[in-house]
Amino acid sequence: MAELMNFSSDPQWRVKVGLAEMLKGGVIMDVTSVDQAVIAEKAGACAVMALERVPADIRKEGGVARMASPKIIRDILHAVTIPVMAKARIGHFAEAQVLEALEVDFIDESEVLTPADEENHIWKHAFRVPFVCGARNLGEALRRIAEGAAMIRTKGEAGSGNIVEAVRHLRAIVGEMRRLATLADEELVAASKQMGAPLELAHWVARNGKLPVPNFSAGGIATPADAALVMQLGAEAVFVGSGIFKSSDPERRAKAIVKATTHARDPKVVLEASEELGEAMKGLDVRQLDEKELLQTRGW
Amino acid sequence: MKIGILAIQGDFEAHERRLGELGAGTGLVRRAEELEGLDALVLPGGESTTQLQFLVDEGLFDLLVARARDGFPLFGTCAGAILLANEVRNPDQASLGLLDITVVRNAYGRQLESCVTREPSELGAEPLEMVFIRAPVIERAGPTVRVLARRDGRPVLVEQGRIFAATFHPELSADPTVHAYFLKGVRDGR
Repeated sequence: MAELMNFSSDPQWRVKVGLAEMLKGGVIMDVTSVDQAVIAEKAGACAVMALERVPADIRKEGGVARMASPKIIRDILHAVTIPVMAKARIGHFAEAQVLEALEVDFIDESEVLTPADEENHIWKHAFRVPFVCGARNLGEALRRIAEGAAMIRTKGEAGSGNIVEAVRHLRAIVGEMRRLATLADEELVAASKQMGAPLELAHWVARNGKLPVPNFSAGGIATPADAALVMQLGAEAVFVGSGIFKSSDPERRAKAIVKATTHARDPKVVLEASEELGEAMKGLDVRQLDEKELLQTRGW
Repeated sequence: MKIGILAIQGDFEAHERRLGELGAGTGLVRRAEELEGLDALVLPGGESTTQLQFLVDEGLFDLLVARARDGFPLFGTCAGAILLANEVRNPDQASLGLLDITVVRNAYGRQLESCVTREPSELGAEPLEMVFIRAPVIERAGPTVRVLARRDGRPVLVEQGRIFAATFHPELSADPTVHAYFLKGVRDGR
């Protein structure tokens, strides 16, 4: 059982996780136009997420949020040289097929969009393009990996500009991994049952002390210090959604968050990055939101 | 022997792990002063646009050019190879200009063209496993560049003096041959 399931040596799986490895230490930025994509690339983003609306607007405007139009995605694919990601609805494998046909570099099966299936996520092993999925705890992360996710990110609370949920999810994932490492083989059986995660993956995590795929953070990152916080809590890269283009000076803020991510453990650099940034996005108190307004409870 | 790994962004930890397994001391480099006391530097895979910006902002760009001219060994993989090249195309991009090659970024296509292959090399009798991720293509290699392996007839592993580069990711393979060759070169002062 030292080998991670039967797919760890599969070449397709290795190049999927390989691209996720290349994004480590970087910032993946939500963009809704070619202009924004170019600003993001110039600011040092290691990838962009092509969207029609950023999560803060999806939250405000309501309605059904779907995959972005192919035109927006294609324009962004042509405008930048860094990897381009796009979101599909949870369980909507036909949207994912369209995104694969568009040749995006990564698909985010995302709770930010309105779920298409309330029971099942996409069987991601069926695709050649890699997937990232959100998770709130270790069990959820391992279920997504079992389905073929090549990267995990915390869900946080997208579009809130509030880091509290990303911190909660990251601490949960990292803390549960730490606890698994203390368990004996026979105890891992009960632990995996309790988490609702495959035993092979729980065993791999217990013996290696980390997820078998890169572990990133998303959902509420709005400042350089937010990025430094999640990086020090164990994230290997960050996604910034509404935080950049909902601020008063996106270009400067984008660059500052990139800098703080690389130098997360160097407070002097994070300080430098935090100076003269203008207004951050306003943000929401997550505790004032109704349960039904939360995006993170979508998926299981 | 202590090998630095540029840790701005990318798969620097995979290089750190591999060099450690081969018995080398390692240190992560994010700022100019962290270059002190190192015997060589690895430029890892990642996004060359992101890495280039930090090299310039941190003053590492000019420092690396000066050190390399004094014989400081550098080893770049994928994005690292792009940074080392004399000329970068698709689009045109600034680079350290330490290796006489012309590199075309993302020349195989997007992520769907990423793959694992095996090709013969000058490093041993066994073919090398090569992991290509959104890889660049070396379109031209100058006369003093030694080509150590090719894919589809085009160079993928090259050296010129103390500069060594791969367009694939030996750090993501179980095969330590490429890193062992690099370390031997640093040790022997090749």
